[in-house]
Amino acid sequence: MYVLIAGGGKVGFYLAQELLQSNNEVLILEQDAGRVAAITEELGENVMHGDGCEATTLDAAGVARADLVAAVTGDDEDNLVVCEIARSRGVPRTIARINNPKNELLFKRRGIETTISATHAVLSQIEQELPTGEMIPLLQMHSGLELVEIKLPETSPVSGRSVREVLLPPESLISLVVDPGGVPRIPSGDTRLNPGDALVVVTRRESSPLLRQALIGSTHGLDT
Amino acid sequence: MNILIMGCGRLGARIAMLLDEQGHSITVIDTNASAFRRLPEGFRGRVTVGNGMDGTALEKAGIQSMDAFFAVTQGDNRNYFASQLAREVYGVKRVLCRIYDPVREGIFRDLGLETFSPTSLGAGIMVDMLLKGAVPSKGS
Repeated sequence: MYVLIAGGGKVGFYLAQELLQSNNEVLILEQDAGRVAAITEELGENVMHGDGCEATTLDAAGVARADLVAAVTGDDEDNLVVCEIARSRGVPRTIARINNPKNELLFKRRGIETTISATHAVLSQIEQELPTGEMIPLLQMHSGLELVEIKLPETSPVSGRSVREVLLPPESLISLVVDPGGVPRIPSGDTRLNPGDALVVVTRRESSPLLRQALIGSTHGLDT
Repeated sequence: MNILIMGCGRLGARIAMLLDEQGHSITVIDTNASAFRRLPEGFRGRVTVGNGMDGTALEKAGIQSMDAFFAVTQGDNRNYFASQLAREVYGVKRVLCRIYDPVREGIFRDLGLETFSPTSLGAGIMVDMLLKGAVPSKGS
C-alpha cells in the first residue's frame, strides 16, 4: 500500500513508523524543514518538505497513485483541505485526524473518515502532567459515548465524597480512579474521591458540560 | 437578506459596507475585535468576536438564520473549512469564499462552492491593463 501522510508531528511520525514496519510505502509531507531533517534521520528518505495543502506538492508526492491519504496535522482546516484535494485526485480513502471533536460532523458530511487523536491525548499526558480542572477527551465511541479524563481540583465539589454520593449526568460512569501516586483502582460505591485524583469517566458526548460541572465545579468552559 | 461575513479585513469590511448601504442586515465575525475599526462610521450591522470555524461561535452570530455567508479571512483553508461548515452543517443557501491559491480555488469550485480568487482575477486584469490598456472599473 502507498500511504501519504500530511503532517510530520508525533502522530504522523509514529504512524509512518508503524506502516513502514509492516512493509508499506510511506511518504510524510512536512512543512517545517527542521522537522523534515529530524524525521529523515529516523526514517530515511520517507519524508518530503512541503505543504500538503498545496495541490502541486501533493502531485509531486504522487498523490494520484496513493491508496490512502492520512491528514494528521494539528489544524482541522488543513486536514480537511488535504483530504479534499486528495479525493479530487482520485485517492480512494482519506482519513483525517480531528483535533476539535466538534468538527466530526463536518468531516462526516464531506465523506471523510476521521479519528479523534487519542494518541495525541495520551502522548501529551505522558509529556506533561495534566493540569487540574481539565477535562481531556480520550476516545469517542460510535454509540455516542465518550471516554474522558478529569483531574479533580482542590475546589472540586466532590472531594471527600464517596462515588455513591456523587450525582452524575445520565449514562455517565466513573470507571477508573488513579490516585496522585499513580495507583489505578476500579472504584466501588464506597471509594472516596480526593483532589488530585484522575478519573476516567464514560459519558454521553452531550453531557460533558454537566459532567464538568459535577466534578470540577466551575461553569467555566460551559459555553466553549 | 441576512448576511454573515467572516473576516473583517479590507475585503470583509468593504463587502459589509456595500451591502449595509443597500439595506441588508449584516453581521461581521472576526477573531480580533480591533479588526472592526475597518468598518465605516455609521455602519448599522452587528459585530461579534469569535472564530468562524467554530460552530458555537457561528451559532452565536446567528448562522441558522443567515441567507448568505462570506468567508474572507486571510487563510484559504480556514475560508474553505468555514464555508463547508456553513453549507453542510447549517444549510446556508449562498456561501461565497475567497481563495488566494488559484489551484485550490478550482478544486473547491468543482466541489460546489462559490469561490473567488483575487490572484487569478487580479493577474488577468493587470495583464490586460498592460497589453490592452484596459482600465478596470471600480465596481459599485
